Amino acid sequence: MRGVVRHYAGPPLVHALGPIDLELARGAFFAVVGPSGCGKSTLMDVLCGLAKPTSGSVRFEGKELHGEVPDGIGVVFQEDSSLAWLSVRQNIAFGLRLSWLPKREVQDRVEHAIGFMGLSQFAGHYPAQLSGGMRQRVCIARTLVLRPRLILLDEPFGALDQQTRLLMGDELLRLWRETGATVLLITHALDEAAMLSDRVGVMSARPGRFIDVVETGWPRDRDSRVVSDPHFGELTARLWSSLRPESMKTLGRVA
Amino acid sequence: MAGTTPLPARRRRRFDGVALLLVCLVLWQAVASWTNGIAVSPPLVALAYLADLMGQGSFWGHVGATFAAFLMAFVLSAVLGLLLGLVLGVWRFAGEVWEPILAGFYTIPKVTLYPVVLLIAGLGMSAKVAFGVMHGMVPITLLTLASIRNLSPTLLRTARVLRLPPSRIIAWILVPSCLPDITAGLRIGFSLSLLGVLIGEMFSSQRGLGFLLVSGMAQHNVPLTTAIVLLIVVLAIAANTLMLRYLKF
Repeated sequence: MRGVVRHYAGPPLVHALGPIDLELARGAFFAVVGPSGCGKSTLMDVLCGLAKPTSGSVRFEGKELHGEVPDGIGVVFQEDSSLAWLSVRQNIAFGLRLSWLPKREVQDRVEHAIGFMGLSQFAGHYPAQLSGGMRQRVCIARTLVLRPRLILLDEPFGALDQQTRLLMGDELLRLWRETGATVLLITHALDEAAMLSDRVGVMSARPGRFIDVVETGWPRDRDSRVVSDPHFGELTARLWSSLRPESMKTLGRVA
Repeated sequence: MAGTTPLPARRRRRFDGVALLLVCLVLWQAVASWTNGIAVSPPLVALAYLADLMGQGSFWGHVGATFAAFLMAFVLSAVLGLLLGLVLGVWRFAGEVWEPILAGFYTIPKVTLYPVVLLIAGLGMSAKVAFGVMHGMVPITLLTLASIRNLSPTLLRTARVLRLPPSRIIAWILVPSCLPDITAGLRIGFSLSLLGVLIGEMFSSQRGLGFLLVSGMAQHNVPLTTAIVLLIVVLAIAANTLMLRYLKF
């Protein structure tokens, strides 16, 4: 089985995106960087089926999406989406509330996700008692219990401080290796994209299109220490040189 | 939460409550002495009168009438208010249109509309209930509406990503996240529909606590009015305390 995502989007009233052509091989780690307002989040909505493309089509595992999220895709949002009235454990189990899995299996998956995301000590806490990074882990764990084959993350670490982000990046890599899922990470942080992914797509200013796709060439078994590799600097520099004129355009449009 | 409060804190809170009660009684006594009992009767006189009232069968008829009207008014306010708030909250356009209209209606002193209500609903029970609903429903509607509108879009997107059907979105996301605001609305609606019913009784009824209050005023029966006010105040505070304790999130 090969997970294929393909998509072209034409103009709605605001031409937010495209035309874009993207194919993800199963098990790949793909990052998308782009200037602010370039349609990164629109891209994600279209990819996971929350929004329909104006024209063109999106296919997941060979089946076309029709404005709804198919089984096998997990999404983590930029904003905190933990449920304030549920404990950490209940929040994570919430992802499986609708499933027909046997109770035992649900429990196993939830406990595994709690352990995997390092939340064991906080399983009985409520989101209000946790830091932003912890809450984002809860949301990732809630996606994880669904055992998604494609995980879409929309700037999941955007609200976190730099150190927490590096460590969360390591955990994301570990998650990717151990689950074998395909990961698509949308981010505005060049270093995050350069450090984590196999390939990085650079988007243009609106309407967002891919203007460059960079292969990072990292081994599968990597972590945030690749930042000390000289290649990391080259990669980040190349991303920035592609992105700089686009970011300038965005700023010029605002000013 | 009350059960987990440590004992000294609980004892302290009880002390605070008793102290407040004593201050109120002293103030009450002071006002009564200052006005020579013309405006209010002193606490002991009022309590004795109230005890005497409670021995009479007709008094319980009045209490029952008020209670029945209030219960009907509150249930109607809550059901209509929650439904209307839900519809206007979910259907954004209708909400934008109706919110200022409802808020505007609510600033009208509703007593001025009472003659109209009376002529439409007739004397007695239905007018009291209608008046109670006029007071109680709007705040419940507005608070429910605002709370649904402020629902985080991220939570709704999460629900769609988890492929929850609409009924589950309402039960698992909408209701729990709006519950604190909705209970606040119900508490306000509770006291306002009681207010509406009592005002209704004061103007046009032959039964109920509001009627007793007005007839006490008309006959200058100060112990009667004081006793009725005391009863209403105690009941309202007790109901509010219960709601605060059991509906707090």
